[in-house]
Amino acid sequence: MNKKLTRILATSIAAAALTSALAGCGKGSSSATTEGSTEITMWTHAAGNPAELAATQSIVDSYNKSSGAKAQIKVQAFPQESYNDSVVGAASAGNLPCIVDIDGPNVPNWAWAEYLTPLKLSADLSKNLPSTVATWEGETYAVGYGDVALSMFARKSDLAEAGIRAATIEKPWTKEEFQDALTKLKALGKWDYPLDMGTAGTGEWLPYAYSPFLQSFGGDLIDREDYQSADGALNGDNAVEWAKWFRGLADQGFMATKSGKDSTQDFLNNKSGLLYTGSWAGDKARETLGDELVVMPTVDLGNGPKIGGASWQWGVTSGCNNTDAAMDYLSYSLKPENVAAVIKATGGIPATDEAAALIPAFAEGGANRIFMEFSREYAVLRPETPAYPFIATEYGKAVQDILAGADPKAALDKAVKAIDANIKSNGGYKS
Amino acid sequence: MTTTQLPPNPGRRVAAPAPAAPPSKPHRRPRYLREQLSGWAMIAPAAALLLLFVFLPAILGFGLAFTNARLVSPRPVEFVGTDNFVRLFTDPTFWRALLNVSYFAVVVVPVQSGLALAMALLINKKFRGVNFFRTLYFLPVVTSMVVVSLLWLFMYRKDGLINEFLSAASFGLIDGPDWLNDPATAMPAIIILSIWQAAGFHMIIWLAGLQSISGELYEAAQLDGASRWHQFRYVTWPGLKHTRTLIMVTITIQALGLFDQVSVMTQGGPLDSTTTIIFEAVRSGFKQQETSYASAISLVFFVLVLLISAVQRYLTREKD
Repeated sequence: MNKKLTRILATSIAAAALTSALAGCGKGSSSATTEGSTEITMWTHAAGNPAELAATQSIVDSYNKSSGAKAQIKVQAFPQESYNDSVVGAASAGNLPCIVDIDGPNVPNWAWAEYLTPLKLSADLSKNLPSTVATWEGETYAVGYGDVALSMFARKSDLAEAGIRAATIEKPWTKEEFQDALTKLKALGKWDYPLDMGTAGTGEWLPYAYSPFLQSFGGDLIDREDYQSADGALNGDNAVEWAKWFRGLADQGFMATKSGKDSTQDFLNNKSGLLYTGSWAGDKARETLGDELVVMPTVDLGNGPKIGGASWQWGVTSGCNNTDAAMDYLSYSLKPENVAAVIKATGGIPATDEAAALIPAFAEGGANRIFMEFSREYAVLRPETPAYPFIATEYGKAVQDILAGADPKAALDKAVKAIDANIKSNGGYKS
Repeated sequence: MTTTQLPPNPGRRVAAPAPAAPPSKPHRRPRYLREQLSGWAMIAPAAALLLLFVFLPAILGFGLAFTNARLVSPRPVEFVGTDNFVRLFTDPTFWRALLNVSYFAVVVVPVQSGLALAMALLINKKFRGVNFFRTLYFLPVVTSMVVVSLLWLFMYRKDGLINEFLSAASFGLIDGPDWLNDPATAMPAIIILSIWQAAGFHMIIWLAGLQSISGELYEAAQLDGASRWHQFRYVTWPGLKHTRTLIMVTITIQALGLFDQVSVMTQGGPLDSTTTIIFEAVRSGFKQQETSYASAISLVFFVLVLLISAVQRYLTREKD
């Protein structure tokens, strides 16, 4: 009997320990945000990018050591794939850290959901690249150190051999010129497909990379008048034209419906002649090709060349109990030398001219200066509405379906129907 | 207290009908209660965790399916009746997902269990190196499905291993398709990989079933002059009845829950040809933030699995 009693006791103790441990977990993590006026937490998506993480960490270290530090900042890094889920999970549990980084187009969604609080910074943002400051309903919710810009890469020798002029900011390729260039490049017979648009990409790449073409055709992801409906913008004649043109690039054998895993590497290995990619690939391409590399603006399909604006940015959460220190840190981190350090690590475009002056490649006449001009001239923000994450998934699916051979009009109509239903069921996403 | 030395069951059985039972009764009661108590205490940790992390979320999910709850939203949750279900049943993607899952299950259940049985029969012999083959067949099972999917993703490419092999084997006659990027071949490609990965597991279950069949039955059959086929047909096959039921039910449920391969390899494309019910639920719930709609999909999935299992259970019941 004693044996049994001890067994029962042992199990009950184990069970009790387990439940209290579980309860303890919950308490432990929630207290992390409620106390800690002297230590605040900052989340970043950069766990998979050691250079970017190290640059961010060194800004934090220098802030923590500075005499004016209002709190000690603690950095916690997440892999990019699971970052958004982590933030949403933490938000539903009421455990958000003080400072978070956010992919630019998601800012209105998180602001609407009351994750974020409007920024009150001592730093002056008026001279920043417009796409590095995220606003919604008249308030600024996030600010980034820089942006990235889409562009076309080619080799000088290929263009000369095919007899194509290089596109410039003053005179970008028109739709006809682009068609002509692809025909001539294909005729060289050097590659299976002359153009690589990165069609194997998934997730945010799809709206980021391909909605600018739609906008250059005169369509858009949503009617930006009041952000209540995508009808007419995403399934109008212009949008259908875009879809047919895009699918046509594949039908004519100019690009693969599913490109390789690493488009930049394929281009550098001479598996394609014309690469559509972002400024982040610029340094690597120049390293390999040197002067052979031509960086060109994207195509003017009717309404001027367009590229997507806004990259990762920083915001302060509404649950933060030391907003003052969080704002102070962000202002500190926006100093030109700090911005320059992060931008060097990420391969982006600096948000300000002062920061650009500190990076030789972006200073006047620098090799990467052209990306900064692309960003100033062509950047279109993805629709600044809380509906954006939903729109992005529907548009991404439409792109994939169109590439796979779906009827353009039907695929776009389906996306419009889903988007409009979603906006309506959310009461128009009004604050 | 000396009675505790006796095994409990025979003691009780003997005591109950005996007329001289009364004196033993006061002893038995507390012991019975103690056993009950310790039994409950043993179940408690597992039951508590199961309740907390399986049943509670499931019940909450059923409730959420009738609201307009969002993953990210400042708006209060409202009861919307069957709106989510109306939307679900009018969504062509859902029907396509259902069709895809049925296609997957209809092929995978017989082929995978058949292949597993064939492998089990092959290695249910005593010969040198049998353990080597057992390990070899079982190896894909211990590899994570995500890893397997990533590897096959490369093999299925247009210029991947499989097409290169087809081309080499046919002296350049066969130019393989772009497996995962063609609506006609994407699902078959996923089916092949899924069977390859999971067959080893069911082979082990078949093997356990085979080894539970008494060797005497085979000896008797041999004495009667039964051929190998007749031995299989009249000894092995009936002997595997329970194993068969188990394998059919587990493969069916696994097949209906198809997700990992699709998520890693095709994201439901091209043209919805590989989308599944679970994939749609995850896409709606996390990517599109529509918690309530995802809950509705899960509820429908739950009912579907329940129905199919019930039908299978009915068809394979003991017919006395």
